[in-house]
Amino acid sequence: MSILVNKDTKVIVQGFTGKEGTFHAEQCMAYGTKIVGGVTPGKGGQEHLGQPVFNTVEEAVRATGATVSMIFVPPAFVSDAVMEAADAGIELAVIITEGTPVKDMMYAKAYAVKKNMMIIGPNCPGIITADECKIGIMPGFIFKKGNIGLISKSGTLTYESANQVVKEGFGITTAVGIGGDPIIGLSYKQLLPMFEADPETHAIVMIGEIGGDLEIQAAAYIKEHITKPVVAFIAGQTAPAGKRMGHAGAIISGGSGTAAEKMAALEAAGVKVVVSPADIGKAISEVMGK
Amino acid sequence: MNIHEYQAKELFKKYNVPTPRGHIAFTPDEAVKAAQELGGDIWVVKAQIHAGGRGLGGGVKLARSTAEVRELAAQILGMTLVTHQTGPEGKLVQKVYIEEGADIKKEYYLGMLLDRASEMPIMMASTEGGMAIEDVARDTPEKIIKVAIDPLTGFQGFHGRKLAFGLGLPVEEIGNFIKFASALYKVYMDHDAEMIEINPLIKTGDGKFLALDAKMGFDNNALYRQSQVNEMRDLSEEEPTEIEAGKYGLSYIKLDGDVGCMVNGAGLAMGTMDTINYEGGKPANFLDVGGGANAETVAKGFEIILKDPNVKAIFVNIFGGIVRCDRVANGILEATKLTKVDVPVIVRLDGTNAEQAADILKNAGIANIIAATDLADGARKAVAAAKGE
Repeated sequence: MSILVNKDTKVIVQGFTGKEGTFHAEQCMAYGTKIVGGVTPGKGGQEHLGQPVFNTVEEAVRATGATVSMIFVPPAFVSDAVMEAADAGIELAVIITEGTPVKDMMYAKAYAVKKNMMIIGPNCPGIITADECKIGIMPGFIFKKGNIGLISKSGTLTYESANQVVKEGFGITTAVGIGGDPIIGLSYKQLLPMFEADPETHAIVMIGEIGGDLEIQAAAYIKEHITKPVVAFIAGQTAPAGKRMGHAGAIISGGSGTAAEKMAALEAAGVKVVVSPADIGKAISEVMGK
Repeated sequence: MNIHEYQAKELFKKYNVPTPRGHIAFTPDEAVKAAQELGGDIWVVKAQIHAGGRGLGGGVKLARSTAEVRELAAQILGMTLVTHQTGPEGKLVQKVYIEEGADIKKEYYLGMLLDRASEMPIMMASTEGGMAIEDVARDTPEKIIKVAIDPLTGFQGFHGRKLAFGLGLPVEEIGNFIKFASALYKVYMDHDAEMIEINPLIKTGDGKFLALDAKMGFDNNALYRQSQVNEMRDLSEEEPTEIEAGKYGLSYIKLDGDVGCMVNGAGLAMGTMDTINYEGGKPANFLDVGGGANAETVAKGFEIILKDPNVKAIFVNIFGGIVRCDRVANGILEATKLTKVDVPVIVRLDGTNAEQAADILKNAGIANIIAATDLADGARKAVAAAKGE
């Protein structure tokens, strides 16, 4: 078991024939992901990486039965691509692109909600179910199969945590990079219950960072509903207020969204919070009773 | 990205958000000319820098004659203004805004920003005009009225009424207020703003609303389609090293410690700073070299980090995913040829081809390159090296 995606998930790529789309689609296929086609307007009817190219998402869905779209289009075209996917009946859009304007995400997400489509990202490494399906840009080999679920706002911290978890002798069920933008699709609060319901997931690692209050919402949810152990790290304890730390959403504004308040809320919810990201693996060992 | 008060007011005027009349001046002569053009017998001379608290710092002064306008402009132009938002080093004032005096009956606060919880823009109003909104939010949160505005339907009358009644405005003034607020919403949305602050918003003797001050910030990711806003960018208000880093696709923020950091990925970069702190050291900077850590970006990274004289050691922390560590190791060696690095460099490379990378660094035999096995080990070694241990 796993969450959201598995070996049978059929995936199309929007921005399939572009440089990034091509490179990563190929990597995903090598990992075992069922990439069944892609969309590049104007190139419909061609073949790319041995798969059909379509002009519209609607055609792609009709012809392939894909339920997930991996989006690599440039930032200015993300909202259009997301809405097209939602309109065509895609169930989950994974947006890798970095640099989408907030206003565009505001409209795109509202539309996706209306059409019942889930979003992961934008500005994220994607989602991976170990040994089954990788939809994104993460190095697949780090994610050995196991019983730990992972949710993270940061790409490289996802790899770092997965690597530590594996070094401690555990592995990953599914890892989801939710992205560090001010407006994102699925967040901790929606993903935690999926991991709670997944029998193969025995514990959860959650990586947050400064800015916004998603981690606080997660803490409230964990306190009420999550019975599995959760290990958390919040990046940016040493970040100055008012400065944007790389990610568009990683900013302490008006004195709120600090690491300290998030860590306190998670601790109060019974989460094992580590101060140093170097201790994530060890903390998993502890909560797993090893 | 932020703009100056006078620039924000230019945008306001185009959208019929009322502001006092004013002109920008770079010299005392221009200031006098501006005052003469405006007419009247009272003017405000306002320092234009990207920071709040200008009044308290002595950057906003009232003049009752054109002679006084000249005197105050001469005094404020060229001064280093220190406010709670500039930091102790202050900011050099290079231009002043000369504005007509206003008949202030009452001061309010009106602001807009993205509410990340509702994922909609919100408008906030308060009767506590002139005070820092953060202080009002902390001490008397009940004095802030907020409305979330759904961008799909836009600003509605009820949003305005909720704010206006919340502020205790008399019925005959509500129409004016709603007109003001609805125009402001359009300014925000049409320019991909992420923040507007009018503090104070004033009500004049005849019941009109005027933006006495104006602060605006924008979504950097949307600047490509905001040419007018882009032209307003004042690079002299930004940190030069941060601008330079940006040109090379690096994201750099200077801090006040002595352990320089070079990391791939924003989250890991913050996490590295936190680890240094945890191990008893102080990070000198945030630096995300992005996905493609090659010789050129690493060399540029070294150069930028070493501009800070406080840096006593550098911790290079790369988790190689798609980027292979052996390439990064070669990049580091190449970079030390391009940029002279005379402090200890602690290198931790993990992920794809990490072992080959370790061999490359070891075989190079460069004395000040110290290999680390993992994140904690690297941070410890870097902290020790910075302390001269």
